[in-house]
Amino acid sequence: MTELAENTRTTPGAESDRAALSVHGLWKVFGPNADKLVGTPDLELSRQELQAKSGHVIGVRDVSFDVAPGEVFVVMGLSGSGKSTLVRLLTRLIEPTAGTVLLDGEDLTGMGEDQLRDIRRRKVSMVFQHFGLLPHRKVIDNIAFGLEVRGEDKAGRRSRAQEMVDLVGLSGYEMNYPDQLSGGMQQRVGLARALAGDPAVLMFDEPFSALDPLIRRDMQKEVIRLHHEVGKTMVFITHDLDEALKLGDRILIMRDGAIVQVGAPDEIIGAPADSYVRDFTAEVPKSHVLTLKWVMRAPSSPDEGAGAPPLPDTTVVREAARAVLAADGPVRVVDASGTVVGVVDDEDILRVVVVESHDEPAPASAS
Amino acid sequence: MTTTLAPPPPAASTKEEQPRSAPAPSRHTGRKLLVVLVLWLVAWAVLRGKQTLALANADTTGLHEWFNGIRDKVQLLGQDNWFFHGVLGTVASALDSFVGAVQAHVSTVVPGDWVGWFGVLALAMWLTYTLAGLRSTVLVTAVLLFLGVAGLWTDGLDTLIVTLVAVVICIVIGLPLGIAMSRSRRTSAIVTPALDVMQTMPSFAYLTPIALFFGIGPACAIVLTLIYALPPLVRITEHGLNSVAENTVEAGRSLGVTKGQLLRQVQLPMAKRTIVVGINQCTMAALSMATIAALVNGPGLGKPVIAALQTLNVGAASVAGLGIVLIAIMLDRTTTAASERSAPGGQRVAAVGSPGVFGGRTLVLEKLPRWATEDTGRGSAARMRLTPGGRRLVLGLILLPALVGAFYSTRYLQLSQFPDLSGVPVLNEITAGPLSTHINDLTDAVVNALTGVTNGFKNFVTSVMLNPLQSVMSDLPWWVMALVLLAVAYLLGGWRPAAVTVACEAVILGTGLWYDAMVTLTMTLVATIIVMLVAVVLGVAMGRGRRTDTVIRPFLDGFQTIPAFVYLVPALALFAATRFTAIMAAVAYAVPIATKLVADGVRGVAPTTVEAARSTGITRWQMISKVQLPMAREALVLATNQGLLYVLSMVVIGGMVGGGSLGYLIVQGFVQGQLFGKGLAAGIAITALGIMLDRIARYAAARYGR
Ligand SMILES: Nc1ncnc2c1ncn2[C@@H]1O[C@H](COP(=O)(O)OP(=O)(O)O)[C@@H](O)[C@H]1O
Ligand SMILES: [Mg+2]
Repeated sequence: MTELAENTRTTPGAESDRAALSVHGLWKVFGPNADKLVGTPDLELSRQELQAKSGHVIGVRDVSFDVAPGEVFVVMGLSGSGKSTLVRLLTRLIEPTAGTVLLDGEDLTGMGEDQLRDIRRRKVSMVFQHFGLLPHRKVIDNIAFGLEVRGEDKAGRRSRAQEMVDLVGLSGYEMNYPDQLSGGMQQRVGLARALAGDPAVLMFDEPFSALDPLIRRDMQKEVIRLHHEVGKTMVFITHDLDEALKLGDRILIMRDGAIVQVGAPDEIIGAPADSYVRDFTAEVPKSHVLTLKWVMRAPSSPDEGAGAPPLPDTTVVREAARAVLAADGPVRVVDASGTVVGVVDDEDILRVVVVESHDEPAPASAS
Repeated sequence: MTTTLAPPPPAASTKEEQPRSAPAPSRHTGRKLLVVLVLWLVAWAVLRGKQTLALANADTTGLHEWFNGIRDKVQLLGQDNWFFHGVLGTVASALDSFVGAVQAHVSTVVPGDWVGWFGVLALAMWLTYTLAGLRSTVLVTAVLLFLGVAGLWTDGLDTLIVTLVAVVICIVIGLPLGIAMSRSRRTSAIVTPALDVMQTMPSFAYLTPIALFFGIGPACAIVLTLIYALPPLVRITEHGLNSVAENTVEAGRSLGVTKGQLLRQVQLPMAKRTIVVGINQCTMAALSMATIAALVNGPGLGKPVIAALQTLNVGAASVAGLGIVLIAIMLDRTTTAASERSAPGGQRVAAVGSPGVFGGRTLVLEKLPRWATEDTGRGSAARMRLTPGGRRLVLGLILLPALVGAFYSTRYLQLSQFPDLSGVPVLNEITAGPLSTHINDLTDAVVNALTGVTNGFKNFVTSVMLNPLQSVMSDLPWWVMALVLLAVAYLLGGWRPAAVTVACEAVILGTGLWYDAMVTLTMTLVATIIVMLVAVVLGVAMGRGRRTDTVIRPFLDGFQTIPAFVYLVPALALFAATRFTAIMAAVAYAVPIATKLVADGVRGVAPTTVEAARSTGITRWQMISKVQLPMAREALVLATNQGLLYVLSMVVIGGMVGGGSLGYLIVQGFVQGQLFGKGLAAGIAITALGIMLDRIARYAAARYGR
């Protein structure tokens, strides 16, 4: 697992010296004597075996990862894989059985009640699948609730809440009660409430799963827009691969409480860690996700493809298709520094676009 | 509205003590029960009339005399002992003098005191309007005026005073207790069993001991009422707080709320409506007990009812009973309306009201200053409604005339003492005297018309069920019956209820009232059988037909708000003073709850199952007997359990109208000094009987109710 955690350091964005969120060796075991299980060989058992043996359920198993400031980090997995448990461990809404969580360098796991409460008031907020709004308060008072809880005066929190109302596009509804709003609008309230405290990190637990597909798409756009506008670090839980690919800078795939793979969307699709991930991603239109890096091959001669303007290796295949097909021969692929790292021709593109084959295209240049 | 009054359904409260996987009921239980029955009948035939432990009415045992001695000692201690005098005595005299003062200044008035009837009316109207809205205000006004005209003003207000004082004390104790229970599992584990006992004990059973400690009078009435009315409030408060949606609580925690903030800003507001329902339940229970407390000289409408019952004057009992029923309806409607207003975000619902009904309100709203009203915004049709500030303004404005009314009511005799209307043409008819005459005439007419039917029914049930059953249960050596009960408890519920049965039997035996207890048990069983017959027929009809349900359910709801005591009046009118009267009152009292439970059970059978059964070409009778009733078994068992407890408590109260046995002994204990100890023993025997029946029913329910 630690190996994976180290891996993540190589991805862009994670380079800054201090991670916004750093998780190490995190465990959650549900059951009467969970604490006593730590360090015993029982924890090596599979989920089913442990449950049969002692009635304990492993929620999260030895998870480590870092999230860079400003990154959108998506955790995805099937229902029951431990996503909700994991995201709650990050703010200790559920107490971890073992492991550490560093938020902006501060260790949450050792904190007392008061300190922890202060962190929740100022540094992290959460958006929930079932909204968790207070039905007896108006929209604006729901949004201001976190500010009220931390003791801000009425005028200050009202004006801040009003900003949030406008930010999430709820202007005109601030005096309504939550039950007068549609599901999508209620979740906007949840979003605004989370943003109101100006936290460094936002956490989402399947926020759009309860919404209709069309509304869900709107809300995903909304999150992308907000991320551009406010630039917060986000940890986003979902069971929907499309959503994960759309939003995530990086994606963590979970299964039975443990990490299966962590990587950028094109890494997940291009190099699935095992057959579980491969099956998972089989239906994804690869040309929408894979970049040229994953389809290029080594040039057969130094000047191959010199005739056409080169393309960056981060271009998505679908977007590169027109240029490559229009060119007479192969096209050069360059990395960020302009160095030629490979070439692509019609064949390479068509293999992905037309066939959408079930066998994954291997990265050509194994550098 | 009153369903939660009952002790909790067995599954909820006894989960821990029951074996995880109840052993599958033995297939031979039926056969074994049959063997027990045969042995029982043989023993009865052979040993009939021997060792029955029957005790003549005036006879007492050593224990009873010992209790008498204790009473004398307690009365002596009451004069100087630190606990009896210092603590109980202080509480009692504080309550007595408080209630006495309120009575003196509110319900019985001379000019110059706090408020006369007009002032009470004006203030009550204002308060109701504030808490529950216009409709309830109209109802309260009508009921209070009726009380005045019918000559029930003083007694009616006394009943209200006892009830409301008890409710206020309940709220002061019960809310914090419910909150504490919802926050600490340990508190809950300690308090819950105590509430269980308070709720299973028939109300009659603790009359005597409480009277011993607090002396008869208002204080005793209030303490009794408190014991009876507190459990529903505590339970519902705890439940309301615990059932605040988990994800809302979690959202609060994620924002860093403290425990206090969570309670005040999330849990209490969201549970507010449930808590007000709890106050409704508490109020209805309090009213019910406040009338019974007339037996310990509690002030109020219970007194004329008892006096009239003792002289078999149905007319007079009915007038007072009608007063009680009207007060019950008034309190129920008012607290229900108040709970509907307190729905989350609900001020809006209530303040907007239904525009069709109170068109006048909009008018008022428009005349208020801007800051007092606001627009509900886009989401719903834009309507004017009051801001909290505006609301306070309106309420403050209408408080003024109420206060003026209250003030003048102390100055003028006409506004102070309710005027005597016996000379006024139409109103004259509903003053106490004429009204009771009318009711007597009417009852006579009805009773005469029905004599054939009622007597036939009474004789049939008495000779076919009651007499034979009573004979086989009480006219035989006590140990035979004790063994029979033990065997039944073991076969139906296993060794735990059997152990409880042994203990309870020992207690009953110890009280020296075995024979009377068996007579009470007989009446309880007969009444429960009748209750279940009625409940199954009505319940199946309601469960199968929406329309039947809509027609019948309001009646059941209505009956459930009527305090237990009042059921005696019509039963007495129809069946005169016999054992059978107590049984019929008990049946009437228990049928609503049992019927509702059965109906809900039948309705709860999955529609897909019913549809699948129908597709096999099943007849209606087969559908009921092979699908719906078997699948509603859990509800049937629960209904029987609840029916039993309701019946027991009422059968005992029926001691006052010829029911005899244990209930009668309790009443006699108050009337005759030397029978005090016997009455106390009867209370203990009733409690033991109740616990025994409850345990057997609960364990049987756990076994067979799935
Ligand atoms: N409080 C709990 N007690 C016992 N087991 C739990 C508890 N919460 C979650 N689990 C178990 O942990 C596993 C992961 O649950 P969860 O984190 O909710 O999954 P996800 O959010 O991915 O659907 C599930 O098997 C669930 O049954
Ligand atoms: Mg989940």
